[in-house]
Amino acid sequence: MRAYLPQFELITPTALEDALKLLAREPGQWEPFAGGTDLMVLLEAGKLAHQRFLNIWRLKELHGMEETRENVTLGALTTYTEVQKHETLQREFPLLCRAAAVTGSVATQNRGTLGGNIANASPAADSPPALLVYDAELELLSARGARWVRYAQFHKGYKQMDLAPDELIARIRLPRRANVAPGFSPASWGWHEYYSKVGTRSAQAISKVCFAGAAQMANGRIADIRIALGSVAPTVVRCAKTEEFLRAEEKLTPAAVQKAQEILAGEIAPIDDFRSTARYRRRVAQNLLGEFLGSAVR
Amino acid sequence: MSKRKLPTQKGLSRRAFLKTTGAAVSAGVVSGAAAELLNAQSTAKNKVAGPGEVPITLRVNGETHNLNVEPRVTLLDALRDRLDLTGAKKVCDRGTCGTCTVLVDGKAAYACSMLAIDAQGREILTIEGLAPEGELHPISAAFVENDAQQCGFCTPGFVMACKAYLDRNPNPTEAQAKKALGGNLCRCGTYIGVRAAVLDAAARMKGGR
Ligand SMILES: Cc1cc2nc3c(=O)[nH]c(=O)nc-3n(C[C@H](O)[C@H](O)[C@H](O)COP(=O)(O)OP(=O)(O)OC[C@H]3O[C@@H](n4cnc5c(N)ncnc54)[C@H](O)[C@@H]3O)c2cc1C
Ligand code: FES
Ligand code: FES
Repeated sequence: MRAYLPQFELITPTALEDALKLLAREPGQWEPFAGGTDLMVLLEAGKLAHQRFLNIWRLKELHGMEETRENVTLGALTTYTEVQKHETLQREFPLLCRAAAVTGSVATQNRGTLGGNIANASPAADSPPALLVYDAELELLSARGARWVRYAQFHKGYKQMDLAPDELIARIRLPRRANVAPGFSPASWGWHEYYSKVGTRSAQAISKVCFAGAAQMANGRIADIRIALGSVAPTVVRCAKTEEFLRAEEKLTPAAVQKAQEILAGEIAPIDDFRSTARYRRRVAQNLLGEFLGSAVR
Repeated sequence: MSKRKLPTQKGLSRRAFLKTTGAAVSAGVVSGAAAELLNAQSTAKNKVAGPGEVPITLRVNGETHNLNVEPRVTLLDALRDRLDLTGAKKVCDRGTCGTCTVLVDGKAAYACSMLAIDAQGREILTIEGLAPEGELHPISAAFVENDAQQCGFCTPGFVMACKAYLDRNPNPTEAQAKKALGGNLCRCGTYIGVRAAVLDAAARMKGGR
């Protein structure tokens, strides 16, 4: 049954300038409303803090994808379904496509957006680890202007973001990993990519642990490596110390893998909650690292 | 990091729109405090809707319906309580179970998780519109013949999710069918029958419909 529903106002501007102006005049008053897949859950649970919503779905500038030699840039309103269908993303950013494919269900993927996943700021969200691995950048837009921030620096703490009340996330930029030749795929440059979401079932489950990793292998050695996890800390985390250690290793011996797993444990801070325990999460995170590294040298 | 242009819409660069924000604000039917915010020069583009009822127009099963709803009303409530289309069921009311699945512009959507007001301008298909009165759509027929339901409460949702999937993927494997319907739950546990029904329906739909 539906809980008490506050009355609310909804505005659906079609011009970006109008939306930004509204946010500028009454910052914090108007909550952006994208696909609504997070907000509708709150609405229906009677837990919505806001009563005024700015429907951003009709803002054309926040939709669509753009490719240049250096970057692939996605509108914040890009849905999971769109991500999975995009050929360049499939070839060059497969972890993002994998994340999109295991998010919720088909219906949720049709409506849920990357911008909403980021701004909802859940540490258990599934696309952020992929975005961290790919060194994503966010364009934040307000009537004051635009700024780009590194996604790795965007989440400041549990549900805390480098996002002002008058700002919208406009676009997500993914730097391409090498000069792009037609048909280029990171795999042909020795990149090995790994994504694993551990949950209770494969659809509609919130992650207990989510792991995204990419390693560039050269003659059995790690030339470059990126590791990010979800659900193991107050925010999604990129594991720089583990990466640094692995980059310096000559060979991926069992001892080196074990050492990396120990370092990883120090970089995460999982908790006990109704979905899982801290102990389980730490152990699984370490095991996933082991599996990732094992699959990279194979 | 370098500042770059927005993808230009009708030639409007970011610089241009930032310059124009002061002048070219357009507002339409507005109410309450928001009216003062989006001052004047109405081109009826930005409607602040609510908190009271607002008139909306929905396209459902090929028909146009005009109704008045508060902005907080979900598409599911509008369909069931206002349009008497009770095929889409309400169970979790928060996007988890799939019993309310309808097609919105041909894609599977949870009607409970979409605002009615936001469903305007889209083609909505519910189970009632799947086949002409008195006839069974091949998907529904496949569900019947494969014993894909017990109490049947989840069935309309499964059938619509199946329709959305088969329209785009006419030759699914069983594993793909399982994944495609992962967003629909059945408390009676008829999943095996449902999977068989999807494959059967795919076979029935070959060459048409
Ligand atoms: C059944 C179900 C299953 C789910 N499963 C998963 C899952 O497996 N993995 C997962 O990660 N998530 C999951 N989710 C959560 C949700 O679908 C995602 O977080 C989704 O990406 C949210 O996007 P949205 O557009 O629907 O956001 P909305 O609900 O519209 O908004 C979410 C928040 O982000 C803000 N916001 C949205 N867009 C912007 C913007 N451009 N700029 C600034 N703020 C913005 C809103 O104000 C709001 O606070 C699930 C949800 C449901 C209902
Ligand atoms: S009632 Fe809509 S998903 Fe459960
Ligand atoms: S047949 Fe009873 S819930 Fe599915």
